[in-house]
Amino acid sequence: MNSNIVEIDNLSFGYKGRMLHQGINMVFPRGKVVAIMGGSGSGKTTLLRLIGGQIKPSKGEVRVDGQVVHKQDREGIYKLRRKMGMLFQHGALFTDLSVFENVAFPMREHTDLPESMIRDLVLMKLNAVGLRGAYKLMPTELSGGMARRVAIARAIALDPNIIMYDEPFAGLDPISMGVVCDLIRTLNDALGATSIIVTHDVEETFRFADYIYFVANGVVAAEGTPEELRNSNLPFVHQFVFGEKDGPVPFHYAAGDYASEMLGSDL
Amino acid sequence: MKSGILVALVRGFRMVGRRCIDGIWRLGAGMRLFWLTLISSGESFRRFHLTIREVYFTGVMSLIIILVSAFFVGMVLGLQGYHTLQKYGSSEAIGVLVALALVRELGPVVTALLFAGRAGTAITAEIGLMKATEQLSAMEMMAVSPIARVVAPRFWAGVIAMPILAALFSMVGILGGYLVAVPLIGVDAGAFWSQMQASVDWQHDILNGVIKSVVFGVACTMIALFEGYDAPPTAEGVSRATTRTVVTSSLAVLGLDFILTSFMLSV
Amino acid sequence: MDRTTIDMWVGIFVTLGVAALLGLAMKVGNLTTNTIGETYTVTANFENIGGLKPRAPVKSAGVVVGRVADITFDSATYEAVVSLTIDKRYPFPKDTFANIYTAGLLGEQYIGLEAGGDEASLANGDKITQTQDAVVLEKMISQFLYNKAAEPAAPTGNSESTKPEADALGASPLDNIGKQPATTTE
Repeated sequence: MNSNIVEIDNLSFGYKGRMLHQGINMVFPRGKVVAIMGGSGSGKTTLLRLIGGQIKPSKGEVRVDGQVVHKQDREGIYKLRRKMGMLFQHGALFTDLSVFENVAFPMREHTDLPESMIRDLVLMKLNAVGLRGAYKLMPTELSGGMARRVAIARAIALDPNIIMYDEPFAGLDPISMGVVCDLIRTLNDALGATSIIVTHDVEETFRFADYIYFVANGVVAAEGTPEELRNSNLPFVHQFVFGEKDGPVPFHYAAGDYASEMLGSDL
Repeated sequence: MKSGILVALVRGFRMVGRRCIDGIWRLGAGMRLFWLTLISSGESFRRFHLTIREVYFTGVMSLIIILVSAFFVGMVLGLQGYHTLQKYGSSEAIGVLVALALVRELGPVVTALLFAGRAGTAITAEIGLMKATEQLSAMEMMAVSPIARVVAPRFWAGVIAMPILAALFSMVGILGGYLVAVPLIGVDAGAFWSQMQASVDWQHDILNGVIKSVVFGVACTMIALFEGYDAPPTAEGVSRATTRTVVTSSLAVLGLDFILTSFMLSV
Repeated sequence: MDRTTIDMWVGIFVTLGVAALLGLAMKVGNLTTNTIGETYTVTANFENIGGLKPRAPVKSAGVVVGRVADITFDSATYEAVVSLTIDKRYPFPKDTFANIYTAGLLGEQYIGLEAGGDEASLANGDKITQTQDAVVLEKMISQFLYNKAAEPAAPTGNSESTKPEADALGASPLDNIGKQPATTTE
């Protein structure tokens, strides 16, 4: 068996001529928590969509469990997706279903388990994220942190091999952030799954990730364990880790000469 | 000067061209969604409670507006019809007038227009928001087809609810006409019903009305679903899509009504 | 919302809908009067059926006993062949007379059956031989106008004198249509 559950091989992707990724190589070993970091708009979320097969790469390929994702037909992709759980940026809970039904959703769709077993499983999952008492609530009645935890419970409902987190810390208070952080680690170890986390929160990620990829300008700019990166002297990593305003990643979006644009009449 | 006119002309043509292409593209995309909905309808019949739930939201929730409007439309028809018919000394024919107007035209058409405003907008807004909050994406990632799980049950619910609402509309409208004509104006009750029965034909009037309402059900629901599914995932996008649902559905209903009527009269 | 509540409401909704449809069919429409049980079919030839349409009622003594099933044109005799479906409960004698009547002055046309005195009854596939055509309104008016025009001229018995008189009336071409056959027969 291949020790890497997900492999990204020379992947390029872009919309309408603007290339977002230009030859990315990544591997995600089984049982590890791997973070993909980078600035906003560097195409991190798109990478998750490519792994999930929601979009097709322009070049290169993504392999999940040894199978090339974009060469699968609909059935094949759905089969692969059953091994994945994904946490969307804002939870993406189904607003017309209660917390209980949200977590039960994947089970009802993909299994023929009897109602009593679904009930037990859902309560187990909710207990794992500490929200067993909230099973009756509707998603609108939850705080941001609670919604995120319910979404995690839903993502792990079918005990997936791969759990993907898209910005799991965005917009959370420090306490909720810590809770989610611990959850990701403990769930990963308890389920024996592989976690892929897309984020730009340096502090939290460095605390629990096993391996980190930095994505910038469409390529992997740096990679390594948190210790390696903290001691890295690459200017980009330094800028990112310490949150400096200007550096290899410029403050200004690419533009013409400032003075000539202000003085000149035609744009 | 001359070039200015030319530029304006070119711009005008370009706009017309873009509108046309856009319209055709939308029509094609709508047809594609319609086809996908039809082929993935198995789910909505196998798990019929999904469809029943939507019948509740589209049909039962529209009952009040449909019944109240029907009652008033029937009463107005009764009043107007009486004032015109009595000039020709045939006020007993008021039953015929009310019944034929409702069963053949007003029942299906007004119901469809109200349906587009009440249930159609709700469908568009709901699906648009589900898309904006990544709920549809989340479903995709759980290997559940949103078309089978979200679109198809709503489609069939609309197709089921529309003829029922139209039949209720006609029935209540006739009741309203009866209340105006018989107790209020004093037309003979026996003449009211017997003249109606003598000239309303089961097949040519009532069945054709039902066929109309089924077609309108397909059109209205599909337009609402497509606009929601196609809406840009922003607040503005969803609000525009909702508006377009009402406009497009109304035009489609009136246009289809003309086509269907001319077919039915010629056969 | 609880699933059982939804089920109940949808159940009520659908039941109401079906009831409304049945109500429309029974109370408003003619489904009840329309359902004739067993029928037999007879045909009748007419030279002119006027505005008679398929599904028009067939009445006898004012009671609906059947419907017009089909109207075809016989190119051999240049006549209209009308087939009637009549309720089995109402047998009619062989020499029954079929007329095309109009309900009211401008109403829809229907077929009236007048029973004769024959012992044998019409059977399925039989043909009614005695028929009377529809009254075509234009024909009636022109006949009426012709008669009016001919009245003062009639005592003289001279066909020539009718002509200038008709011209003097300055009547429309409608008069001439009625007059044409009259002059040719003389």
